[in-house]
Amino acid sequence: MKMGEQFRGVWVIAYRDLLRFTGDRIRLFSSFAMPIIFLVIFGAGFSNVIGQLAPGVDFMKFIYPGIIAMTVLNSSMMSGLSIVWDREFGFLREVLVAPLSRGSVVAGKIVSSAVISLAQGVVMLILAPFVDVRLTALLVLKLIPVLLLISVSISALGILIASRMRSQQGFQVVIMVLLMPMTFLSGVMFPVNNVPVWMEVISKINPLTYGVDAVRQLFLAVQPLPAGMPAGISMSSAIGVTVFNHTMSVMDDALVVAAIGAVLLTLAAVAFSKQD
Amino acid sequence: MSAIEINNIVKKFGQITAVDGISFNVEKGEIFGFLGPNGAGKTTTINILCTLLSPTNGKASVNGFDVVRERRQVQRSIGLVFQDPTLDDYLTADQNMRFHAYAYGVPKDLREKRITELMEMVELVERRKSRVSTYSGGMKRRLEIARGLLHHPQILFLDEPTLGLDPQTRRYIWDYITTLRKQEILTIFMTTHYMDEAEYCDRIAVIDRGKIVALDTPSKLKDTVGGDVVTIQADNQERALKELKEKFDLAPIVQNGLVSFSVPHSDVFLPDFIKSFGVSLHSISVRRPTLDDVFLKLTGRAIREQEAGGWDMMRRMMGAMHR
Repeated sequence: MKMGEQFRGVWVIAYRDLLRFTGDRIRLFSSFAMPIIFLVIFGAGFSNVIGQLAPGVDFMKFIYPGIIAMTVLNSSMMSGLSIVWDREFGFLREVLVAPLSRGSVVAGKIVSSAVISLAQGVVMLILAPFVDVRLTALLVLKLIPVLLLISVSISALGILIASRMRSQQGFQVVIMVLLMPMTFLSGVMFPVNNVPVWMEVISKINPLTYGVDAVRQLFLAVQPLPAGMPAGISMSSAIGVTVFNHTMSVMDDALVVAAIGAVLLTLAAVAFSKQD
Repeated sequence: MSAIEINNIVKKFGQITAVDGISFNVEKGEIFGFLGPNGAGKTTTINILCTLLSPTNGKASVNGFDVVRERRQVQRSIGLVFQDPTLDDYLTADQNMRFHAYAYGVPKDLREKRITELMEMVELVERRKSRVSTYSGGMKRRLEIARGLLHHPQILFLDEPTLGLDPQTRRYIWDYITTLRKQEILTIFMTTHYMDEAEYCDRIAVIDRGKIVALDTPSKLKDTVGGDVVTIQADNQERALKELKEKFDLAPIVQNGLVSFSVPHSDVFLPDFIKSFGVSLHSISVRRPTLDDVFLKLTGRAIREQEAGGWDMMRRMMGAMHR
């Protein structure tokens, strides 16, 4: 098949998803409101109970990068839900009988999901000054590829699940039993190093953990050190995820997410192509 | 080359055989009707022809392209209007049309012109900027027909295009279909429950339990019923049936409390029959056979027996009386 045709498939699917997203004010609103509510409630609620997690890292500074990762995560999962939705309301047939390859349909879904998720993650950055988190231009530049990587991997997971799902209710159940625990055990809310062993094991085989860790490390690296701290000790080392006593760097985290994402993407493309 | 060639197609879902070795050709420019009760294999056949399902066995080609090996070319050659809507309700009619144009690679310079033309044809131009969720069922179906034609397909598949629509909309849709056929060489492959609509078809294939049980023009199919259909209402149905079988050597059928049978020449038959029939009669009616009779004879049941609502039954009976 010609390259032009593949590109047309990606573009037309992404075009429609973006058109729908911007036209759907309720979804637009709720997708921004949810993370803000999380941030405000958990941030305000726990800040007083939990002191500093590491020198210079209060709970707000800890949870804020996690919430950004979570925003990207939730938004990415929507690509799967949109497929199930389209199947239920018939539009998927219009897509499947069109002269487009299934692979390009999957790619289009992932592109739109990544664009929407990234936009939502970036919008969350507006809140940084309110929670006393420092932003730099370089940090934002580094965040973009990391957030895209998380989004692509999770979108692929969503599409993989959606290829086997016939109803929205079924998909919601999967989100409840899979995505919720995955989110909570990814270090969004608490560090995953000093937890019971079973929890630590689950956390460390959870690909999300590495996505969250990468985002958080990027943030903590640019936060000002508290007075009196010897220079050269990074704040993130106390909180960063360790695997077999090796503290993961941002690059390590990104590689793990990329590797898992590549596997999920392949599985999603195969599963979506095989369905009738 | 025929527009559609089907060669011994079989489709199994686990233990169930939905389509059991059907073969037929649809010629270019034909309106081809595909009739059968629910679950007979109509939708499965259409899904195979439009590449949504792969056949378990057998070969089929659409516009000369193999439905398994040359999917992309098949998809380009066909337009589809399914029973259930396949529109995006959250987009406007225009946006739905444009999505289709992009997906099928309609050239940019033709795109807007064709969209406007087709929207005019189905009389939705004024509503083109409205979201589809605000459309009525009939408007949605019209939009789908317009969309199905946007990429100028050679073959248009219509799966129950008028199901659930009011009579006025049904007539409109048939007007479009007949206009289309005059304008260009378009082959139409359609399924319908409405026997009066099946009459518009050039040829009809009747499918039952996954097999083709008849294939011919509507008038020839009606000839197979064997003349005129006589319906009687008798005082004693049992005795009437017995007498019809034994004395007149006929094969009567009971439907809705009425007894009906067919005779080659009712004008000659009836005077004699009335004189010599031993059971007292309440009513006699004679009519030309319809496709319902063909269907009843071939499959042993009325086409809409299971799903026809009260009103529909009434409408059909009234229709039959008027003929």
